[in-house]
Parts: sequence; structure tokens; C-alpha cells
Amino acid sequence: MKKRQSSIFRNEGLAFIAPSLLGVAIFVLLPFADVLRRSFFTAGGKFAGLSNYAAVLNNTAFRLAAGNTLKFVMLCIPVLTALSLLLAAAAHRLSAEACRSCSWVEVAKTVLLLPLAVPAASVALIWKLFFCENGFLDVWFLQWFGHPAACMETETAFYVLVFSYLWKNAGYDMVLWSAGLSGIPRELYQAAEIDGAGGFARFRYITIPQLLPMLFTIFVLSLLNSFQVFREAYLVAGEYPHTSMYMLQHLFNHWFADLELEKLYAAAVLTALVIFLLILALQKSWKAGIAD
Amino acid sequence: MIKQMQQIERAACIAALWAAAATVILPLLLLLSGSLMSDAEVAQAMGSVFSGDRSAEFFLFAQYPTLRGYLKLLLDSPEFFVMFWNSCKLTFPILAGQLLVAAPAAWGFAMYDFPAKKLLFTLYIALMLMPFQVTMVSNYVVLEQLSLLNTRWAVILPGIFSAFPVFIICRFFQSVPRSLFDAAQLDGAGPWQIFWHIGLPLGAPGIASAAVLGFLEHWSAIEQPLTFLKDRWLWPLSLFSPGESAGQAAVSLAASAVTLLPPLLVFLMGKQYLKEGISASGLKE
Repeated sequence: MKKRQSSIFRNEGLAFIAPSLLGVAIFVLLPFADVLRRSFFTAGGKFAGLSNYAAVLNNTAFRLAAGNTLKFVMLCIPVLTALSLLLAAAAHRLSAEACRSCSWVEVAKTVLLLPLAVPAASVALIWKLFFCENGFLDVWFLQWFGHPAACMETETAFYVLVFSYLWKNAGYDMVLWSAGLSGIPRELYQAAEIDGAGGFARFRYITIPQLLPMLFTIFVLSLLNSFQVFREAYLVAGEYPHTSMYMLQHLFNHWFADLELEKLYAAAVLTALVIFLLILALQKSWKAGIAD
Repeated sequence: MIKQMQQIERAACIAALWAAAATVILPLLLLLSGSLMSDAEVAQAMGSVFSGDRSAEFFLFAQYPTLRGYLKLLLDSPEFFVMFWNSCKLTFPILAGQLLVAAPAAWGFAMYDFPAKKLLFTLYIALMLMPFQVTMVSNYVVLEQLSLLNTRWAVILPGIFSAFPVFIICRFFQSVPRSLFDAAQLDGAGPWQIFWHIGLPLGAPGIASAAVLGFLEHWSAIEQPLTFLKDRWLWPLSLFSPGESAGQAAVSLAASAVTLLPPLLVFLMGKQYLKEGISASGLKE
């Protein structure tokens, strides 16, 4: 009986997914397979083995862009994760008290989520006003230190990008953490308090271990959002920004515009492969936490 | 002593939240204030952006608020209206299509077992994570073959089959009690009936939050229209730039503010769904 049921389940489940899968196959999977095939051929259609890949890996622009993108992800995601956890913990602590403060804690959370709704096109002007030449930061630096900040013309440009990512995503990750925090049983904290554990000890020995299972999803969603920082970068700094904020996205756009398609095919395959392997590795390493 | 520590801790929490909220609000306040300035005031306050060699002067509010920028935008920039409707004509079909396709798919993933389900779901997560530029060239290839380039469908169709709504809605369907499903089946309900009468009503908040997140995402899309639409008359509002000459400054700021308005309204109306949707995506499977 059980067995027969599961075989019916099988086809029904697939029927529900079929339309989505068909679309994904037509618009993503099949063309990607085609790109994979083309990445092994020259522009003239001759089999080229791995020479396109070699050309990409030896390309200085690719190395610069891949390095910057990697640096960006490695810096931003831990910082964002920690910052939003601190904010979520602060909000959680305040709303755990007398409910007089609850309402404005909710308001603060909503305000922090607001950047999610702000199109890059709307805020780009304001970032220009702060960071570009003769902007607020330059004026202030000139007053205080005697020289302009020159954010967009130096290595600092990279950190402007980091800032705009944090500005945009802190509230999003904070909501994720809040969901995890409100799932931790109160009794754990009360018991610890009776045992004399201070605020930090409770955070270290109860909060963090209890939240560990969420880390995978938070990482995945933060990574997803980190690629969108390109919109702000593009609108504030244009197609050719300072080299410190030259990302893979800029490079892909240039190769696309210049019709350097063979390199583009190979680079797309490489990037997709790295992301896919990253997901598999993360899923594996956090499986213990997610499985139960 | 302990009381004092708690007081300090509490003050630190409040300070952190206020500081963060102020940082988020400041640029939006400046945008609103700037959009209420006259061309002359903009030229003075934002000289660095609009007239090149001048320095910016910090401000919080417009000194002589005026709606002239908005009037000029609404009465004197026909392309603005075209682009506003373009945004609607791209965003709403994408949302409708997404929900039509993603809701059943999410139900399939959440409630049924079938071979390679784990693998397929991992594939969806990976697809969801691919930056646009990675799939750009393959998208281009297929759109060219279907001769859809430079039509709205070039943005709409790939948008419909986004993996993100499947992921979000699935998380909501996963919390539908198994027993409800089994009971309906015992009573002789078919799979579509169960989906329609149990899945959809119970998963409605998930669908709503996918719709809100989808709207925010696609309303501010830049890469897809820029790549697949050559014809400027098809461009959405997120690509509106009336030029940064001094004479267009007030219009530019008003346009930025008006572009923000629809997502802001959707955000305020849907903020509960939004928070629920984000929270649900974080909870473990």
C-alpha cells in the first residue's frame, strides 16, 4: 500500500513542478549547456580544447575582477552577518522587556528594512553627493584634515561599495536573525541567569549555538544580495570605475559589449562552477545543523 | 551593580538601533529634501554632482521648498510617463507569471517525494544564486533564437522562471501540516483539489511575500532591460536619467523620488508579509 502510494506521489510531484522546470530548461539549462559546448570552440567553430579557459585565466582584467569580487564577498558577508546579528540581538533584548518599547523597536526594524525597497536609481544620486569628487566627504575632509577624501579615485572606492552593500542589506539579515532569536526558548536564558551567566556569556553559549543552523541560509541569501551591489556601482561610478571596485560583472559587460564571446562563455562556465561548488560545500558542512 | 550593568546594556542596545536607523534614513531624507529644491538651490547644495567643479554644501531640509521639479517632471517630460508604464508592463506580467509557475512548483517540492528531488532543489538554489551576468550570454543566445530580443518578452519570460519565488513559497508550504494533506487524500480529494483548497489558502502569506519581494526586485531591475532592450522607448523607470546638467537637476531629483514611490507604497502595505517571507526563508527545512 505504502509503496504504491509513493509511486503515485512521484508523478504528481513532478506534474506540479513540470511547468517551472520546463521554463527553467528552455531559458536557463539548455542555453547554458550550449554555452558550455561553445566554450570549447574558437570563434571560427574549431575545437579549441581548454584554450579559451587558459585565455580567461591568464587575462589580467579577469584576475583583477575575480580577485576584487572574491575580496568583496569574503569581507562583506562576515561583516554583514555579524552586524545584523548584533542589531537583531539588541532589538530582541529590548522587546523582551516591558512592552512599552516594543512598538518603536518594531519601527526601527521596519526602517532598517526600508533600503530593500529603494531602487538603486533613486539612491545613486545621493551616494554621488556623498562620495564623488567635491561631495560631502571631500568637503568635510578638507575642513578637518586639509585634504579631500577622494573616495572614488582611490582604493577607498572598494569600501564605498562595501558600505552601500551593508546599508542595503543590514535590515534584511536582521529580520532573518530575529526569526531565529525568537525561536530560542526563554527558559534557557532564565536558567543561565540563575546560574549567574552574564549578558555576554549568555550570548556566547546560548544564542550563537542555537542560531548556527540558520547560518547556511543567511550565507546563501547574503551571497545572492552581494551580486546586486553592481547596480549601485554601475550607477555611481559608471562602466569604468576605479580598479579597486572593478567587479566580474563589469568585466562580463565589457566582454559582452566587445563581442569577446569565447572568453565570456568560458568565464561564465567558470563562475557558475565556482558558485555551484560553493553551495555544495556549504550545504555539506552545515548539514549537521540543518538535518534535524 | 547588576542593575547598573543592565542599564548600560540597555542604553547600548538603544543607541545601536537608533544609530543604524539614522544611517538608513539620512540618504532618503536628503533625496526627499533635494527633490523639493529649486534648480538654483540644487545648484548650490549639490554643485558637485550637477555642475562639476563646485563643492557640495551639506543640508538636511530644503530652504525654500518648491514643487517645481515635480511639476516639470509630470507636465514636461513625456518620456517619464512612457518609462513609468514600461516599468508596469514589465513588472506585473513577471509577477503574474511567477506566481502561476512558482506556486505549484513550490507545492511539488514541499509536499511530494520524487526521484532527484534533492538534486533539483539544490539546482534551483544554485540558479537563484547565479548573478545575472553569468546567465546573460546564455539568455541572450536563446532570446536571439526565439527572436524575442528588443521586445518586452525578453525581460518578462526569463523573469517568470526565476528560482527565487519557488524557494520562498516552498518554505511556507513546508509548514502545512502533513496530517491535513493525508486527511484530504483519505477523503478522496485529488492532488489539484488539495493544492487549491488547502495549499493555496495556507500558503497565501508565502505567495504574498514572494509577490512583494518580486515587485521590489523587478521594479528596480537594471541589468536585464539594459542588455536585452536596445530601443529606449521600451526602457523602464529604473533606467531614467534626464541628464545631469544643471538645468535638469530638480527634475532628476524629483524623478528619483517618484521612482521610489511605488516600491515604497508596496513596502509599507506589505511589510508584514515581507518580514514573514524573509523570516520563513531563514528557518530550517
